[in-house]
Amino acid sequence: MFFTEQHELIRKHARDFAEKEFTKEVLDEIENTAEFPKEIFKKMADAGFFGIKMPKELGGGGSDHRAYVIVMEEISRASGIASIYVSSPNSLMGSPFLMVGTKEQKEKYLRPMISGEKIFCFGLTEPGAGSDAGGMTTTAVEDGDDYILNGRKTFITAAPLADYAVIFAKTDMSKGTRGITSFIVDMTLPGVSCGKPEDKMGMIGCATSDIILENVRVPKSEILGKLNRGFSTAMKTLDVGRIGVASQAIGIAQAAIDESTQYAKERKQFGRPIANFQAISFMLADMETKLNAAKLLTYHAAYLKDTNQDASKAASMAKYYASEVCNEICAKAVQIHGGYGYIKEYKVEKLYRDARVLTIYEGTSQVQQMVIAAQMLK
Amino acid sequence: MKIVVCAKQVPDTTEVRIDPVKGTLIREGVPSILNPDDANALEAALAMKDQNPDTEVIVVTMGPPQAQYMLRECLAMGADSAILLSDRAFGGADTWATSHTIAAAIKKIGNVDLVLAGRQAIDGDTAQVGPQVAMRLGLPAVTYVQNIEIEGDMAKVQRQLELGYEVIEVKLPCLLTAVKELGEPRYMTIAGIVDAYEKEITLWGREDLGLDPSECGLKASPTRVFRSFTPPVKGKGEIFTGTADGMVRDLMVRLKEKHYI
Repeated sequence: MFFTEQHELIRKHARDFAEKEFTKEVLDEIENTAEFPKEIFKKMADAGFFGIKMPKELGGGGSDHRAYVIVMEEISRASGIASIYVSSPNSLMGSPFLMVGTKEQKEKYLRPMISGEKIFCFGLTEPGAGSDAGGMTTTAVEDGDDYILNGRKTFITAAPLADYAVIFAKTDMSKGTRGITSFIVDMTLPGVSCGKPEDKMGMIGCATSDIILENVRVPKSEILGKLNRGFSTAMKTLDVGRIGVASQAIGIAQAAIDESTQYAKERKQFGRPIANFQAISFMLADMETKLNAAKLLTYHAAYLKDTNQDASKAASMAKYYASEVCNEICAKAVQIHGGYGYIKEYKVEKLYRDARVLTIYEGTSQVQQMVIAAQMLK
Repeated sequence: MKIVVCAKQVPDTTEVRIDPVKGTLIREGVPSILNPDDANALEAALAMKDQNPDTEVIVVTMGPPQAQYMLRECLAMGADSAILLSDRAFGGADTWATSHTIAAAIKKIGNVDLVLAGRQAIDGDTAQVGPQVAMRLGLPAVTYVQNIEIEGDMAKVQRQLELGYEVIEVKLPCLLTAVKELGEPRYMTIAGIVDAYEKEITLWGREDLGLDPSECGLKASPTRVFRSFTPPVKGKGEIFTGTADGMVRDLMVRLKEKHYI
């Protein structure tokens, strides 16, 4: 309904890639070392996964949001953590550069981001400012041709790996969200340091840490977008970010269903496969139905984006619903696996842990409910 | 250099299941794929294009209209153009008729320096079409090629044998059939897929190739299938792993257990 033959070929491409590269050995190694293999990262870049909907002139694929959803879904189905590396350059990091970056900034930063030569991170959240981004306390004070940045960012995905960070800081303390500016910060600048990588529950293989900024001198030419307009730029990229998380959710949920159906057919109790028991088969039916509803919401949101329609509510609904049902589906997948589902040897154990963050990051379920309700009641 | 790669869309035989009652193949719902050996042939052509960007890679297939999907995949991997030979008159062709049609297309393309084909297709497994095309075009053919080096108007190729390989020098134009050792096929790219759908796939029918109806399809196919059957399913094999000594020891234990020795 939402896809062309071209989209189907993109799905085949992403699925072939995922099935071939993310073998059990590779996934176990990522889980054990908490590091993502550089050679696979490079292959993902070469396959065009980091610039799916970016313009071809900058080395991107020139495709659309639906293609982005498809790639995210197929990669997440094999590896949740790999999809985070796909999402960043396509959405949270790439979109602001594409929207408000100068020609020079696009060449200098966006091109190497798409080719996988440089890694970026997105520094918005602070210890005291999560859903309430306006409450941030990181400051940027003008000093000649530069700004001096001070503050602390927290839970920054890929911070320890990043070459550059986009840091959101208050340039006008009196104005709340209208006093926030985004800066491109070279992670090797004096005064920039990272905290210890967090020991996370799931999505292991992409270090998340604090970024500490102590009198970091950033030239004015490194402002991304306009002064005091950083927050509105960030908000504009959120639709794509939410569609991205929804795609991760449907990919992970699909993997949980794949594992569960196979297991239910193979596992025998009381002399027959457990799939033959209605208690199990009805669970599978519920999982499948909810996953399909989540898929349609996600594809629809991407379709709205591709046809230049307002996708804000649709993206929030997709993110909210898909991430919630993904958690439900993964929990049931563990239940169907019984004791084995609680053992790390079985894939559903990891899916269950990876799924947990989906209702939290890029806007919690409760923030999505606020967005949806606000649009209904305006 | 102008290279033609012959490709075929085949059912993914790893996905084909056997109807346990009728004993026949279940083909419904089986995805169609680019024949694996043909993908190796295409990879070899694209690797030559990487070395020498003046190289032109043209993919040719004979098949029903849905074979276009496979051609898009070839374009997305990096082929320059694709030609689909499709006509009701081509239906029911055996290898004899197929090679005649493909040879006619290669003649029509003209000035081709190298024709690459897969060793064999995973559905028919005849390995005949490649060499037959060479015969019809009067080209030298080398089969089971695992490495190609082009030097001037000569190709120096390694022809795979059961134990080792032969090194053969062959004058261009020639036809080579590829084995998988020739090169792991590259992935498509997102940009490649987008480009593939901006390109036109050339469609040639019987009349475009100047062929008489009696030269195509079922009418031109001397092969008669006497009977098709599914061989009885054998038990699962056992694979030993570990050191050579250990594996030999395990094997000996098994053979003794079964009283084979």
